[in-house]
Amino acid sequence: MLLIECPHCGGRAQTEFAYFGEAHIVRPEEPGALSDAEWAEYLFLRKNPKGVHCERWMHAHGCRRFFNVMRDTVSGEIFGSYPIGGEKPKVARGKKTTAKTETKTANAKTEGGRE
Amino acid sequence: MTIQPHRLAEGGLVNRERPLSFSFNGARMLGYEGDTVASALLANGARIVSRSFKYHRARGIYGIGPEEPNAIFTVADAVGGRRTPNMRATLTPLAEGMQIFSQCGWPSPRFDIGALAGTVSRMLPAGFYYKTFMRPARLWMFYEKLIRRAASFARAPDELDSDDYDHRYMHADVAIVGGGPAGLAAALAAAESGARVAVMEMRPHWGGDLTDGANGEIEGKPAAEWARAVAKKLSQTKNAEMLLQTTAQGYFDCNYLTAVQESPAPGLRQRLLKIRAKEVVVCAGAIERPLVFAGNDLPGVMSASAVRAYIHRYGVLCGRRILFLTNNDSACEAALAAADAGASVDVADIRHHPEGHWQLRLQDRGVSYYSGCGVAGLLRTANILAARLAKLAPDASALAAGGEFREHAYDIVAVSGGWTPTVHLFSQSRGKLKWDSKCGAFVPDESHCINPCAAAGAASGVFSLSGCLKSGWEAGLRAAQKAGCENKTKTNARDKAPKAAAPPAEYPPQFVPLLPATHPVGRGPGKHFVDFMNDVTAADIQLAEREGYRSAEHMKRYTAAGFGTDQGKTGNINALVLLAQARGISPAEAGHTTYRPQYTPVSFGAVTGSDRRELFSPERGTPMHSWHLAHGAVFEDVGDWKRPYCFLREGEDAAEAVRCECIAARSGAGIMDATTLGKIDVQGPDAAAFLDIVYTNNISSLQPGRARYGMMLRETGMIYDDGVCARLGENRFHITTSTGHAAGVMNWLEEWLQTEWPNMRVFCTSVTEQWAVVALAGPKAREVLKKAGASENLTAEDFGFMHIREGTVAGAPARVFRVSFSGELALEINVPARYGLHIWRALIAAGREHNIRPYGTETMRVLRAEKGYIIAGQDTDGTVTPADMNLGWMISKTKKDFIGKRSLSRPDMLRAGRFQFVGLLTAEKEKPLPEGAYLLREKRARLPADAEGYVTSSYKSATMERAIALAMVKDGFARGGETLYAALPNGERPAATIADPVFYDKEGARRDG
Repeated sequence: MLLIECPHCGGRAQTEFAYFGEAHIVRPEEPGALSDAEWAEYLFLRKNPKGVHCERWMHAHGCRRFFNVMRDTVSGEIFGSYPIGGEKPKVARGKKTTAKTETKTANAKTEGGRE
Repeated sequence: MTIQPHRLAEGGLVNRERPLSFSFNGARMLGYEGDTVASALLANGARIVSRSFKYHRARGIYGIGPEEPNAIFTVADAVGGRRTPNMRATLTPLAEGMQIFSQCGWPSPRFDIGALAGTVSRMLPAGFYYKTFMRPARLWMFYEKLIRRAASFARAPDELDSDDYDHRYMHADVAIVGGGPAGLAAALAAAESGARVAVMEMRPHWGGDLTDGANGEIEGKPAAEWARAVAKKLSQTKNAEMLLQTTAQGYFDCNYLTAVQESPAPGLRQRLLKIRAKEVVVCAGAIERPLVFAGNDLPGVMSASAVRAYIHRYGVLCGRRILFLTNNDSACEAALAAADAGASVDVADIRHHPEGHWQLRLQDRGVSYYSGCGVAGLLRTANILAARLAKLAPDASALAAGGEFREHAYDIVAVSGGWTPTVHLFSQSRGKLKWDSKCGAFVPDESHCINPCAAAGAASGVFSLSGCLKSGWEAGLRAAQKAGCENKTKTNARDKAPKAAAPPAEYPPQFVPLLPATHPVGRGPGKHFVDFMNDVTAADIQLAEREGYRSAEHMKRYTAAGFGTDQGKTGNINALVLLAQARGISPAEAGHTTYRPQYTPVSFGAVTGSDRRELFSPERGTPMHSWHLAHGAVFEDVGDWKRPYCFLREGEDAAEAVRCECIAARSGAGIMDATTLGKIDVQGPDAAAFLDIVYTNNISSLQPGRARYGMMLRETGMIYDDGVCARLGENRFHITTSTGHAAGVMNWLEEWLQTEWPNMRVFCTSVTEQWAVVALAGPKAREVLKKAGASENLTAEDFGFMHIREGTVAGAPARVFRVSFSGELALEINVPARYGLHIWRALIAAGREHNIRPYGTETMRVLRAEKGYIIAGQDTDGTVTPADMNLGWMISKTKKDFIGKRSLSRPDMLRAGRFQFVGLLTAEKEKPLPEGAYLLREKRARLPADAEGYVTSSYKSATMERAIALAMVKDGFARGGETLYAALPNGERPAATIADPVFYDKEGARRDG
């Protein structure tokens, strides 16, 4: 069972969290302007990498905030958690990083609020 | 009472003051407190204790620990006689009055008719079942039952487990698996560094093999005494938790261990420990390997270390005449112990002219030492084993040319094929293993370890006492340091490991995959067994390789070597080495199979803990639950909720109750507890804009005080949920969801708000449990409300359909919705939860003159189906669009975007042949179709056939006086009047005609009363 660092509450057991799939899937600004193929890519196509993966999690039995986790899907190694709109942690192999990543809350004006 | 013929006059950790009586297959026997079932049976001279899995061969106790492949019993308690199957005799503590039963062998393990299988074993090679019983494929299910019955596993008990179990969560800086010399040294080092330490030892005492007669001293004390003193000192330390009879079972991501603790507290049978550790040190020791020689599975063949440990731990000498057959020095120590205990001992050593400390000592004792010698055959007559000792060629791969045989009779043949480090947990942690030719097995490779995990002592391939202490101490120090604890009390802490004298020089072991016999492998009378539990022989492994099962994992699955409740703890390495030999490659190249949790079998009780019976799953009840209980409610589970399915009255069954409830609601008044509906309070300046994008219809145009039936889609365009969206004020909405989607919709809204539109000023709050909801339905609903005492605005004629108003009902503040899920005039009365029971009672009392009747979920479903209203999740299944459900009118034509909109124009949504929502009228009015039934075009269509559709809802409608159904039918909208046939499992094909799904009150006149 993974030990996941909630950016807001700290390290907690995986059972407190819910998984929401690949992170950084951005909803297209104007879905109506997309071709069927482009729309299908947004809807269905996911990376499913063997290796480093950014995932969306929610602290379901805690603060109920969504955040992202960078994890190696082969080893289960977690490189860090970061808030929605925050910066990705650096990949440091062999070290379970518990260091908090820079907390930068999403701001629609500067970043479009999209992550 | 019988005597114990094999119990020594003294010695062992058993309490001879407390004899325990028990029975084995009905025979009364005596043991002592501190015995295991295995040691007590050996003390009593029990020889054949089981029959093997496939050939039903007679088997005796082989080992002393978790590796035991043969002595697996069903154990019945003295009190209550409750039976527990598959108990490993070597790990089961003896208890007064215990009844122990062999699990296979009929009529008894001593005389087993199934042993006939052994006589035809030439015809039962590896893969026999796969090859023989796979054709025709449909008969496999039949064969499988017979095969399983012939196999030797016990029957699961069918009564409830009366014992109690629980779970405990633990945190540690350093978790240490194993309480032998390495584990204790590691614990000492880590605890002195100030780390929070948890030490788990499987056995009921500390010291591991030190209690099995280890010679030598540690820090000037006899080794076993040192272990006791260290354990005592640690258990008095605040930061160390010492757990005996605790087996670490699983090693999961991020250093999460599970362990099972036996008898942790009075009245508790087992406790599952869930331990999150910053660092883990695995000091799990090693398990002695068998040698693969002809006849090596006969009862009386045992592990050499077990023979020795039974002497020291339990005061049991397994035999009077013992042959030790070995390829390494460790069995020499065991032979000496047996000789000291009074046995007549011979040693056969496959190594030519080993000359070391132990050989000299044995020769001083006058033990016959046959060097360069193997056992070329073993025959059993009653309890006598006739061993044919044979001179081996120098590389031990063949019998020496022209060599002679010596026949000797023994009652025990004690075997040592070297030691296999217990790498299970390290490997589970996804640490890589490397082949170590010095010990002829795989050892942990700490340079390839994902989790913070180390191995020390015998588990890491270090077998000497001084080496174990040193590696344990250093691993403990390192782990503590990595966990952030530095040893401050000792300078040069690294050099302060507990000291033991250097071991006598060891003569190197010689590893051979199998010992030659008088017959080639796979021929002749004596089989070379590799895996005792699954009856896998060396010949089976060679066959697997010949037939192409060349990878370790394939060989394992083809032969079953390494399966079973022992998971191949004795035979795995031998199997892998034999496979490598057959392939002509090194064991390192051939690799190993995957180690998986659990290390030993774990009971369901331990896994379940206290989560059983009423604690199995939380239950949710509404504020009116107590009333329902007192008034004949039959409950159904909807998520965690207990919802009344119907309310039984005197003399009614459920069908009759539902019929009467429907009639009451259609003719007078019905009342339903709708508290479980999901309710979300949505507030904020951007609330309307947000709801516009999550609902298909237009929400921002809704006036305050009005409600709208709203539908949510997934981004794929499929219906997700539906409910009512009411606007309370400019920036405030009260939305409802179906009961089952309450939490899901909440997450759905939050996900969009937090991840996609974090700048939207909207707050969503779940208020499901804050409001109690009573649905009052029927032509007399308004009269009932008046009678119950409601504020005027709620009973006024101008309180129109899809309006919401706030007022009071029976003195309670209420938020009332004029919505209807039954087609009747209906009011959904929301009151703060604490008033729920009050207004429920008040409305029932007020409705008495109109024969008001409470109704449950089934009546609700019948009433809505008569009106063709859908239930999301019942009539829809995630492949259904609004257009498929004829709900295209709910799609806003003016909104530029909403979730799912773009998908509605994908080609697949527009194609012909989609399943569409229709009603069905059965030909036989009295017979409802089963829900889920497939619909065929032809009555006599042969299955499998393409389905024209399927039934989603089906009821007997009291109002329509016939059976009705809702269904999804291919191009159903255009097929009104067509007859389809339902394919029922019993072969019947009842006919039904496609109809409008709105069966009742098509004009919708009744909803306004």
